[in-house]
This record gives sequence, structure tokens and C-alpha cells, in this order.
Amino acid sequence: MIRTFSYIDVMYLVAAARWTLALTATAFAGSALLGLILAIARISPIAPLRWLVATYIWIVQGTPLLVWLFLIFFGLPLIGISVNPWLAAAVAFSIYGSAFLGEIWRGALVSIAKTQWEAGASLGLSTAQQLRYVIVPQSIRIAIPPTVGFLVQLIKNTSLAATIGLVELTREGQLTAAGTYQPFAVFITVACIYFALCFPLTQWSRSLERKLDVAR
Amino acid sequence: MSLVEIQGINKSYGTVPVLKDVSLDIAKGEVVAVIGRSGSGKSTLLRCINGLEPIQAGSISVDGVRVNDPGTNLRKLRQEVGIVFQSFNLFPHLSVSENITLAPRVVKKQPPEEARELAREVLRRVGLEEKLDAFPSQLSGGQQQRVAIARSLAMRPKLMLFDEVTSALDPELTGEVLKVLESVAQEGMTMILVTHEMGFARRFGSRVVFMHEGRIHEEGQAAAVLAEPKTPELQTFLSAVLH
Repeated sequence: MIRTFSYIDVMYLVAAARWTLALTATAFAGSALLGLILAIARISPIAPLRWLVATYIWIVQGTPLLVWLFLIFFGLPLIGISVNPWLAAAVAFSIYGSAFLGEIWRGALVSIAKTQWEAGASLGLSTAQQLRYVIVPQSIRIAIPPTVGFLVQLIKNTSLAATIGLVELTREGQLTAAGTYQPFAVFITVACIYFALCFPLTQWSRSLERKLDVAR
Repeated sequence: MSLVEIQGINKSYGTVPVLKDVSLDIAKGEVVAVIGRSGSGKSTLLRCINGLEPIQAGSISVDGVRVNDPGTNLRKLRQEVGIVFQSFNLFPHLSVSENITLAPRVVKKQPPEEARELAREVLRRVGLEEKLDAFPSQLSGGQQQRVAIARSLAMRPKLMLFDEVTSALDPELTGEVLKVLESVAQEGMTMILVTHEMGFARRFGSRVVFMHEGRIHEEGQAAAVLAEPKTPELQTFLSAVLH
């Protein structure tokens, strides 16, 4: 039965956006955790570890996120591991995000002058303490704007999860469009909701960049 | 017994030799000025003493501890060998007091209150007690360097290394840093300074070491070496820096 796209549908879409946010939050947490490990491994003195991590990052950055999503959701059950859409999306987005955050954060870490490491070492700080007290606090300032920028990409990319049946904002849009037969109105609404989520973050990232430039 | 014993060390960056068969003994309480052209290896020598640079041959020991032994705990050694750099290298995200107390708190596990008292004490010694809660960016170059010296003093080192600590400063700011160096020297600290301040070397140096092309070319009692250089290289160098 075809109904008209109405106020109540808009409310459903807004409600579905919370799953977009939940997926973004989960994916960001996974990406951050893994990304931090990757960033530190990338600057470690152990060369094979650096190569291994660099290879991982190249592979992930050189393959489409959608392929990872399909690989995990459709591929893993074939070898006997069944995954629900949520888990598949969380894992795929974390793999994808970790490669990008790992590179962003590695860049921030290496941007801190070598002399800061030396000053820490000369005071008897261990390598971990130099990272913890000297290098990381300074690189966070540098890493925040690109990290927020990445978060915006992540929000938009969660729409790919619609393809494996996870009912987030885009999938809800598809369902609504199918029910109302008004795809134009529906997807403009969907786009507006994405924009309302992303735009403030973009502005925040810009203002952070300006502030950090002034502080330099 | 010497506090620092350097025996026949060689160091190169790739195939470029920087230090060639350098030997030097430094007794407790000595103030040794290392002078020479840029590229003569003097800063490298200093950085080898606290293990910031590895050496390829020879040996360095500080207070009986071999620096270039893989079994040596460099962290332990560095708590006893302070180094002050040309470019200060304060931690810009930390206040003056946090810069000073970081290592005492984290490395020596001092309670925060005690560490802050210590910061106050060492800042008093460099005449900057009122800057306890300032940030490095709010200080002049001379003040930043004095904080860097205070940060080193807070570890109560047995030996202090100074790597051209006045070279990055405007001329009118070198005086305040030299005054601090003088008072540290007068307290009996063993000091090795790489410096271009010949006046300071003459007045407070017990010894001058002149480096040339990676070797110790001439050394001796400070006033004598500077007044009557024996080798033509040192004569040329001195006339270049003094005029």
C-alpha cells in the first residue's frame, strides 16, 4: 500500500539516524584503539613491525570499504563464521578507520621535533614515558583537526552499511522511499539529516585548525 | 679517580668519521670548555657522553659506569648526567614547574608537593622563582635556557653537559645565562661545556680542549692554552673568534 511521505516518516528517519550515530561511535572507538596501536608501531624502532603495519595500511587504504564490508558479511559465513550486520559493519569500519587514523596519528607523532624525544631521554624518561608525557600531548593538538575531519567521512561512510541490511539512516530512507514512492523527498530529507550531523563537525574542525595555527 | 673517562673513541655517521681516537679524562669538580670550529666534533663528543649518540670504538665511562655497554641502563645514567641544549628543548605544553618536576615525579617517583618545592629551589638558583607557573612561550630565550638549566639541576646530576647553550640567544641575553653557569660552576659541579664564549672559558674553565677535525688537537689549563696557543690551528681559530 502506498502512503504519503509525511511528518511521521521524517521522525522515523531522524530516529534511524541514531543508529548511524551508534555505528559511527562504535566504528570510531574501534578505529581509534587499533589506530593508536598502528601509529605507535609505525614509529617503533623494530623495522619488520613498521613494514608489517605499513603493508596493512597500504592494503586497507588501497581497497574499497564496501569490499571489506562484503568480505566480512558475505565471506566469513562461507568459512563457518556467521556474523550479524552490526558486527560485520563494526569490524569493517574499524579496519578501514584504523588505517586512516593510524596514518593521521603517525603524522602527528613524527611532526614533533626529535629534540623533544632527546630532552625526555636525557632526563631519564623511558621511551614509553617520553611518548606518554612529552610526545603524545603535543601531537594531540596537531591531530585533532584531521581526526574530526575523518569523523565526518566516517559518518557519511556508515551509509554503506545499508547494503548489508543494517537499518541506519540510509537504509531507513530506502525503506521509506519504497513505501511512499517519493524517493526525491525522502532522500533530500536523508541528505539534510546527514548534513545536520556533519556540518557542525566540519565547522568545529575548521575553527580548531585556525586556533592551532594561531597558537603556533 | 676521574669522573669521566673517555678512551680512544671513534664515531662516524655512515662513512664520515666525526670523532677519531678521542681520549679525555675529567676529574670531579672540573669545568672543561670544549672549543673548536663547527663540524669539529665537539657537540657529538658531548652527546656521546650521555649515550645520545652511539660510538663505534673505544669506551666512555661516567662514575665507573660504561656508557657504551649494551648492558648499561642508560636511563639510570642519564638521571646523573644532565644535558642542556642549544635550543633549550623545554616541553612547550608544560608549565615551567611541570617541565622541572616531570622527571623527578615520573622517573624518581617524588611526591608532587616535594617536587614542586624542588622546582622552587632550582628556579631560585637560576633567579626565576616568580616564573614557576609561566609557560615556556611566555619567556625570553635567556629565561627559557635558565629554566632548562634548572630542569637539569632538579635531577641532582653528578655531571652536567652544556651544548652551546648561549649560541641561540641574542647577545644581550647571553649574560644572564653565563651568570647562571658561573654560579653552577662555583657550587662545584663537574661541567663539560661546548662553547664559543672564550671569556667564560678563560675565567671559569679549569681546562680547555680544542677540537679539530674530530681529534683533540690541543688541551691544557684554560688560561694558558687561550693565552699561548701552541698549534697554528688553535691560533687561527682563536684569532677568528676573538676578532
